[in-house]
Amino acid sequence: MKNDDLVRSRQRGRAMVMGLLLGALVLLIFAITISKIKLGMH
Amino acid sequence: MSTAAPLLPPADWRDFLALTKPRVMTLVVFTGLCGMLAAPVRIDPVIGFTAILCIALGAGAAGALNQWYEADLDAAMRRTQKRPLPDGRMDRQAALHFGVGLGAFSVILMGLAVNLTAAAILTASILFYVLVYTVWLKRRTPQNIVIGGAAGAFPPLIGWAAATGGVAWLPVLLFLLVFLWTPPHFWALALFVKTDYAAAGVPMLPVVAGEKATRRSIGIYTVYMALAALAPWPLRLAGWIYGGTSLVLTMVFVAMALKVAIRTQAPDDAMKPEKALFSYSILYLFLLFGALVADRWVLP
Repeated sequence: MKNDDLVRSRQRGRAMVMGLLLGALVLLIFAITISKIKLGMH
Repeated sequence: MSTAAPLLPPADWRDFLALTKPRVMTLVVFTGLCGMLAAPVRIDPVIGFTAILCIALGAGAAGALNQWYEADLDAAMRRTQKRPLPDGRMDRQAALHFGVGLGAFSVILMGLAVNLTAAAILTASILFYVLVYTVWLKRRTPQNIVIGGAAGAFPPLIGWAAATGGVAWLPVLLFLLVFLWTPPHFWALALFVKTDYAAAGVPMLPVVAGEKATRRSIGIYTVYMALAALAPWPLRLAGWIYGGTSLVLTMVFVAMALKVAIRTQAPDDAMKPEKALFSYSILYLFLLFGALVADRWVLP
């Protein structure tokens, strides 16, 4: 039972971090795209 | 009867972070950033941030793969036995997948968002650290740290390439500087954790050639390093801020290294000069690269 709790809490922690990282990646790709478009305009 | 290893619970995300050697990454990121900021062209802030992120991720991938391959060595050394793999907090396969995935991601992102030159040098640095240093040299030769030091010397070159799309003499000198800085830095550490390396069977210079030869080698490499550190100013690749700072900082480094080079270890020696040299060598690199950036941004 204790082991199940540990597994669940670690899975929850990893899912949360992964979610945050993926969100940050989406923002980064968006910012890179805008920068590339701006650089292309010069 | 089954001999399969017991299943571990999934590793905590903090263990994946520890796998990337965040403290080593600090210096790698800093020298990469300075290489980028020392370049004569201004890089778009988003692209610059992405380049530094890729350098950090690439260094993290190399660190993870290093820990995957060296789990047995890490378990034998006090300094490293609390790392996620030797401590049994993570499955080896997970570390391998994480390292390969992170490395591939960093290189692809660098190639798509920044430029192919920076991506190529990043690839070379990861492969050099993992294949040449970790797999090939570390367990075979006491010169492991000399040749392997090149892996840690790539970041200023990558930073410069990210900004300019090419390579020039200044980043090559910075590469040389970090390359020649690595032996005295590591051998100072190796002198006071010699027993750890000996227990793990790693042929570090103090273990194989003895303390006297190591001290002499620290002195010799420090002289070469000093020449590389001072060269940018007379070669007109950097201005007086870098020139003056490098002169003062390098003189202190040389004095500390010579102290280590000429002394002999007494019984129950606290190894204070060696520990001081190791600590100062890190500060030295931070300040020297900081001076280079100040030089580029302050002087007209």
